Amino acid sequence: MAGRYFGQPIRRNEDPVLLTGQALFTDDVQLPGMVHVAFLRSDYAHARIRSIDVSRALDRPGVIGVYTAEDLGDYWQPGPLLVPPPPVEGIIFHQRTQVPLAKGKVRHVGEPVVMVVAESRYIAEDALDDIFVDYEPLEAVVDVEKALEPDAPLVHEDLGTNLAARVVQRKGDYEAARAKADVIIQRRFYYDHGLAAAMENRGIVAHWDKKMQYLTVWDTTQAPVVIRNGLAKMLGLSESQVRVIAPFIGGAFGPKIMMFYPEEVLIPWLSMKLNRPVKWIEDRRENFVATTQERYQVHYAEIALTKEGRILGVKDRFYHDTGAYDPYGLTVPINSQCTLLGPYDIPNYHSEMNVVFTNKTIVTPYRGAGRQHGVFVMERLLDLAAKELGIDRTEIRRRNFIPPDKFPYNNEIIYQDFAPLVYDSGNYEPALDLAMKLIDYEKFIKEEQPRLRAEGKHVGLGIVAYVEGTGIGPYEGARVQVESTGKVNVATGVGTQGQSHFTSFAQIVAEQLDVDVRNIRIVTGDTAEFHWGTGTFASRGAVVAGNAIHAAAKKVREKVLQKASEEFGVPVEELELRGGYVHTKDGRSISLADLAVKANPLRGAVKPGTEPGLEATMYFGPERGVTANGVHAMIVEVDPELMDVKIKKYVVVHDCGKVINPLVVEGQIHGGVAQGIGNSFYEEIVYNEDGQMLTASFMDYLIPTAMEIPPIEVGHVETPSPWNELGTKGTGEAGAIPTAAAFVQAVEDALADYGIEILEAPLSPNRLFEILKEAQAKKGT
Amino acid sequence: MKPPAFKYYAPSSVEEALALLAEHGYDAKILAGGQSLIPTMNFRLAQPGVLVDLNRVSELAFIRPADDGGLLIGAMTRHVQVETSDLVAQRLPLLHETMPFIAHPQIRNRGTYGGSISHADPAAELPAITVTHRGKIHLRSTRGSRWVDADDFFVGLFTTALEPDEMVVEIALPPLPPRTGWAFDEFSRRHGDFALVGVAAAVTLDPAGAVEDARLVFMGVGDRPMKGDTAVALLRGQVPSADLIEEAATRAAQEDIDPFGDVHASAAFRRHLAAVLAKRVLTRAVERANR
Repeated sequence: MAGRYFGQPIRRNEDPVLLTGQALFTDDVQLPGMVHVAFLRSDYAHARIRSIDVSRALDRPGVIGVYTAEDLGDYWQPGPLLVPPPPVEGIIFHQRTQVPLAKGKVRHVGEPVVMVVAESRYIAEDALDDIFVDYEPLEAVVDVEKALEPDAPLVHEDLGTNLAARVVQRKGDYEAARAKADVIIQRRFYYDHGLAAAMENRGIVAHWDKKMQYLTVWDTTQAPVVIRNGLAKMLGLSESQVRVIAPFIGGAFGPKIMMFYPEEVLIPWLSMKLNRPVKWIEDRRENFVATTQERYQVHYAEIALTKEGRILGVKDRFYHDTGAYDPYGLTVPINSQCTLLGPYDIPNYHSEMNVVFTNKTIVTPYRGAGRQHGVFVMERLLDLAAKELGIDRTEIRRRNFIPPDKFPYNNEIIYQDFAPLVYDSGNYEPALDLAMKLIDYEKFIKEEQPRLRAEGKHVGLGIVAYVEGTGIGPYEGARVQVESTGKVNVATGVGTQGQSHFTSFAQIVAEQLDVDVRNIRIVTGDTAEFHWGTGTFASRGAVVAGNAIHAAAKKVREKVLQKASEEFGVPVEELELRGGYVHTKDGRSISLADLAVKANPLRGAVKPGTEPGLEATMYFGPERGVTANGVHAMIVEVDPELMDVKIKKYVVVHDCGKVINPLVVEGQIHGGVAQGIGNSFYEEIVYNEDGQMLTASFMDYLIPTAMEIPPIEVGHVETPSPWNELGTKGTGEAGAIPTAAAFVQAVEDALADYGIEILEAPLSPNRLFEILKEAQAKKGT
Repeated sequence: MKPPAFKYYAPSSVEEALALLAEHGYDAKILAGGQSLIPTMNFRLAQPGVLVDLNRVSELAFIRPADDGGLLIGAMTRHVQVETSDLVAQRLPLLHETMPFIAHPQIRNRGTYGGSISHADPAAELPAITVTHRGKIHLRSTRGSRWVDADDFFVGLFTTALEPDEMVVEIALPPLPPRTGWAFDEFSRRHGDFALVGVAAAVTLDPAGAVEDARLVFMGVGDRPMKGDTAVALLRGQVPSADLIEEAATRAAQEDIDPFGDVHASAAFRRHLAAVLAKRVLTRAVERANR
């Protein structure tokens, strides 16, 4: 239903305020009497706390209070389990969630131990130096496989194991399939995904107004409604006494959906205790260790195939590092487990997930949320199989694609939303064909690459496919109202962190009401405006909130036409809504503004059962998620002396169903690819054996800049989802998911004459140096 | 990431600045472009009690021709001024070629020549280039004034010959001799990062095409700019063939440097890179000398 607004490349409503520096971010909130918090965080990955002496800090002028876990009394509670374990038979799951301030023991570097509040952030940080914590260092749990050995130190002693969870999921009978296979390929894979490093760190301002008995909280959260409800409960308030505002946020990418961070529990509590506004803004050094991140998995995977390259089955056993606590349940490893299957028709699958506690920062979803790991394993297995069988790498993928007539396609395992993993729709070959055309696959393989190789250049191509489960439930809602000003007001509960909601949501409404998108005001992330919803995550805004807004806008359209019908005495079918007016065939018209006034009369009788205004609130709760897909391809050139890799060309073909705004989709893809390239060759969190992060600054954690990101060409394929009226699928994570798989394939291809096999990501010049050295050593023996 | 309290002075002349340094000594730090000092203070890794801000000392920002055909560069000259100076391009092409490698434009707008060499980061470009040019550094204090050879100025990791009450006021860079080719190259993880390894070379040929003199200076592979004297000894008096250059580069990377390992590169990889880059810059320098 591409229309006048829906599907059009409309420029963003939010840009004027953002680009002129007039948007409100959390740190812009300045209130009279506001005080500032700094946290003393653990320098140890694992240590017992013998004692804490805060007396010198309390004596420092300007310090208002100093708090340890003991000072919190009954308010000190482990955080909630956000996502319960999925209903899979035989599952093992141990819940251990984070605490507001460490008590007795610290379990990762960066865990908060003491909270200081002072007249300024400077004084608060000075006071941190005054505090003495007597630690007894303990051996740190760092490696996921060693962590499960019998003599390993324990992150949570009471558990008696570092195993946080084990889930086995099966489809078909892998062993029977294996017995019939012509080829079996087995490898160990290592995939490490880094941290989000959003431009804006986390921050919270809480203001308890004692006379109003009202708590206002500005929070860089992706889920303001859930934060409000949780805070009300923790603080003994009514939900109607708490307003949570998630203002403009400088990027989130997942870690800001984590709840409740210790700071989110403590800052509002402190504001009520002191009866003053309290601000805490995370600094970059804190962000590296205190904001959740993603990390590595080790996979022992095998694939069984016929000699024609048809997949008979896949078996995988993997180890996932969840960090010191597991408040987000199993979302990340389940995504790995499910997304591994990709766009392929895999009749038999056996996957064992082992989730391991370590003395590191908590792992929760970051853009891709475990999908990268699964895609990497599957795509590398197919590359190896293609090589082994002498089949072109695009051909082996094509032969195994789920054909378009097999949808909905049931993978028979449970997804992160606890529903069976069923793909709604897909048409994979056209995406592959378009990507091959855009990257000029045949010409590169047959002409370019041989010619450049003859010149001594090391060029290679990578091309991979993926699917992305998006748009999961439970639900979102929206209220759409035509005001008497003629402007349209839309409120929804999801927060916004740069997704262009102010534009794409407006386009959905404009399509129904035929109002200029600039006259549609979108409110997101303010519980005073809309207090139902779950949040912005899992590429679900356009699908779940989008369809709720669509439903509400349709309802308002009906009301508009109904009201006009009453005014003109003309049946609804004979009216036309155009350009902000309702027109009759005989040339009469009335503006939406006037209709809104008439729908909200100040005097006179109305019919019983009448609702005032031109307003509707609707919800959309999908039974299950919808599946986007795509193909990424790139050409790289490797300098095998400097071990440097330059990406010469990058192509993404993407199918997210119906596109609301192609500019927005391409922006999402570009940003995702940039993060994917970071994850391929630049970004890597390095911990030493003591659990210390060695890369906790931007000097050492390398975010790619515009200099490292090549131009990205995007092609669209549109396979509408049959499971929602707009036909949309999510697109938030697509750019980031298969990048490293394509990159590694391309680098391996470029270095074909070295005979190397790369089974890990990210790479780096140093790591390539080692891999080539190992290969040379092997050749030599 | 907030620094602890400190006293701040903003003198407007060298005399005033020197008086402040004489008064506060070890407790004082000079603030030039602030590109290293400010982050270090915000991390509380440096906690100076006194900051002496030179940004109002305008007499220290200059690029002047010297009688020997080289240049005198004031300590508070910003990188961007060196980068865009016609005088530098004409007289000191090696320095001109190196400037864009220094960090990012925003940093080059603030960072200063004197600040960079006083900070003496062994992975920074300007210390290595100053050594390659056999530059001299003019130091002053209320006690007097002295010139120090670049070789003697850099004494260790972030350590120079500066006394606590002294400051760099200018740098003298002599020109390269006739029939000299030059080159600079570095390898960094991202454009603008501190290089894993960088190398500067200058090769002077005699009329017969043999090496009369050569200079090879590495950065990022020791506690200061490291001189590739083994390579120079191999090259001197020889006509530099590709094989000889490769041998010289390899030997220097084995014998003349002392690389460390970190999360970005092992010591072995840095040695490897040093050999590759030394080969590349020597080759380019010889090509230019032959032109």
